[in-house]
Amino acid sequence: MDEFILITTEIPGSDEGTITMNSQGETNLKKNFLMLTVCTVLAVSILSGCGKSNNDSSNSATNGNATEKPVEKVTISLLTDNTQDFANVAKAVIDAFQVKYPHITVEHETRPPGAEGDNFVKTRLSTGDMNDVFFYNSGSLMHALNPEENFLDLTNEPFMDNVIDSYKPTVELNGKLYGVPAGSTMGGGWFYNKKVYEELGLSVPQTWAELIANNDKIKEAGIIPVIGTYKDSWTTQLIVLADYYNVHALNPTFAEDYTANKAKYATTPAALRGFEKLQEIGEKGYQNEDFLATTYDTGLKMLAEGQGAHYPMLTFAIPVLEQNFADLMDNIGFFAQPGDSPDQNGLTVWMPSGAYISKQSDHIEEAKLFLEFLTTAEGVAAWSSASKPVGPWAVKGVEVEDDVAQVVKDMLPYFEENRTVAALEFVSPIKGPNLPQFTVEVGAGINDALNAAKGYDKDVEKQAQQLGLEGW
Amino acid sequence: MSKVLKQTYSYLFLVPAAIIYLIIFIVPTIMSFFFSLTRWTLSDWEFIGLQNYQTFFEETALRIGFKNTLIFALVTCVMKVVFGLLLGVFLTSKIRTKNYLRSAVFFPTLVSTIAVGIAFSQMMHPSQGLINKALGFIGIAGPDWLGDTSIALLSVAFVDVWKGVGFATVLFIAGILSIPDEYYEALQIDGGNSWNKFWSIIIPLSRPAMNSVIILSFIGGLRQFDLIWAMTKGGPGFATDVIASIIYKQYVSGYFGLSTAGNVILFLFVTLLAFPLQMYLNRKEVSL
Repeated sequence: MDEFILITTEIPGSDEGTITMNSQGETNLKKNFLMLTVCTVLAVSILSGCGKSNNDSSNSATNGNATEKPVEKVTISLLTDNTQDFANVAKAVIDAFQVKYPHITVEHETRPPGAEGDNFVKTRLSTGDMNDVFFYNSGSLMHALNPEENFLDLTNEPFMDNVIDSYKPTVELNGKLYGVPAGSTMGGGWFYNKKVYEELGLSVPQTWAELIANNDKIKEAGIIPVIGTYKDSWTTQLIVLADYYNVHALNPTFAEDYTANKAKYATTPAALRGFEKLQEIGEKGYQNEDFLATTYDTGLKMLAEGQGAHYPMLTFAIPVLEQNFADLMDNIGFFAQPGDSPDQNGLTVWMPSGAYISKQSDHIEEAKLFLEFLTTAEGVAAWSSASKPVGPWAVKGVEVEDDVAQVVKDMLPYFEENRTVAALEFVSPIKGPNLPQFTVEVGAGINDALNAAKGYDKDVEKQAQQLGLEGW
Repeated sequence: MSKVLKQTYSYLFLVPAAIIYLIIFIVPTIMSFFFSLTRWTLSDWEFIGLQNYQTFFEETALRIGFKNTLIFALVTCVMKVVFGLLLGVFLTSKIRTKNYLRSAVFFPTLVSTIAVGIAFSQMMHPSQGLINKALGFIGIAGPDWLGDTSIALLSVAFVDVWKGVGFATVLFIAGILSIPDEYYEALQIDGGNSWNKFWSIIIPLSRPAMNSVIILSFIGGLRQFDLIWAMTKGGPGFATDVIASIIYKQYVSGYFGLSTAGNVILFLFVTLLAFPLQMYLNRKEVSL
């Protein structure tokens, strides 16, 4: 309802005047009052219905080739989330872009990350205030934004050929492509402190049982085996989400069946394993004492300083680690979440966010130039200068440089040996919004794996119904 | 001037206010009743009857939500009445630093709820927080205020009382100061003590103030959202979810029709509890 209030509050002042003009006949007064009321209601509903379509006229001006005639100065705006890393990246990319296209100025605006940010983006899209270019998740979250209605279709843009093919399905809906990769790919798995591993003579686990054995030894040595940061509840999902490679290895059709309401977390043993693994970590007391009150930032500090040996996390944590613990980076390694058998060991990969263009943009051509820039070696180099990649790039022919973090180097073998699979949220449009709550419950021992998986299945069902998917 | 105009012209003055009220309250309210019956993406809707209501009542955390909402409203309401009354009596008595103390008590009301929530969740950190460090100093091992599912809600309720008691106190001060002196004189003549003064004069005659405090804090408690969101986001798990936070999470997930249905239910729930309460309280009011 907030949107309607936003729109409607601007109207009343302009309409109040009409009453004096209409009140010449005294007996008409009551009628006029009624009419006025009806008119206002109508005006409001018409205005709120049409609020989005007022930008169509201005696109034609910029269709010509940008270099031919003396071009007008144009300002486009870019929306990213407000993390320090994105602030640095946006600055570097915008600077490089503006050097290449001096007539375009890019203004950078930020929004909060996470669910709050989702809300922010949705509100902007629905009120027609969206920035020209915006970065947002690819995969299922992107689908939830109703791209056909809100995003510019990029399917036939030549620059889409620069994007690696495995990325495209994550920004696709009904055969149309809507975004280009904003950033590098990343892995979901276990960060570990190499120094702790060295001191205790441990080796990277190939199976879950080996990981548990390592944890026991680490605990005996008085070091926290697994860092839990439940205050930021999204961090608790990792063990379940990063297990998808193993789910996929045992049930290659899980994503399809899951989307079609044929497979459930609670009734698919391979999928339930993720919840069970989390429960095991919680039950065996591997986590730090204050895990419920510990934040993500503290978790990274504990990992870098070796207070904790493992931290299940996405590799997007690398830039923050590099910024705060540059001298400790060589101590931090990474491995994929192991499965139950040594020959099915591989990495669950998160595709980069997308850069999208709002359909309501007044400067679509300039916005396209910006997206094109992101898919060039120059654009990637500018990005990389501000924030080193957290995995291989999703742009064709661009390799990671030699000076990347050890964590990224640890990821490369999985890519080279083709032992990767895109995370479930990129191949299925459904991801229940309450997963963090359920994983908190399991990891904190409030609920057991099976019950939480059942609860999560219900959460997913609700989402599928709300999205209006077939078969739910 | 005709008779009709004479009788009706005064309504003209109501029109501006009525229009604003209509546009920003009545219309959205009616629209929300309608959209609660649809699957709604803000730009597009599909009529699905009562399915949203069914889904809402099947919500996993809903039972916890209703229970928590009631507990939260009752606990904060009772505590605000008790502490507000005691502080009100104290701050109307003959003490020197009365004005300073009144400001001090009222001050928390002026601070942003989110800021209060963030500050307290830092202070309630189980090992690094100020509260547990202070308790540790005197040899008590404090609990994990916001992490322990059995006390997390009460911890938030405590902060809400800390923040809201100032307002309750101001209402009580106003109520107590409006009691005419004759009653106290009569008490002196009859030889009553301070207890009689409190029990037989202040409590019954500050009833209107007390009723306002009860109603306002009860409704406020039922609708509580911002403080809970700032402190626990409904967690750990679903342990401190209230109806408002469940609705918010649905809204953030993009279930606009469903969350609108939730808001209609919350509206009815608050009305069903608050309206009879107000009727009951009004009947018991004594006129001065």
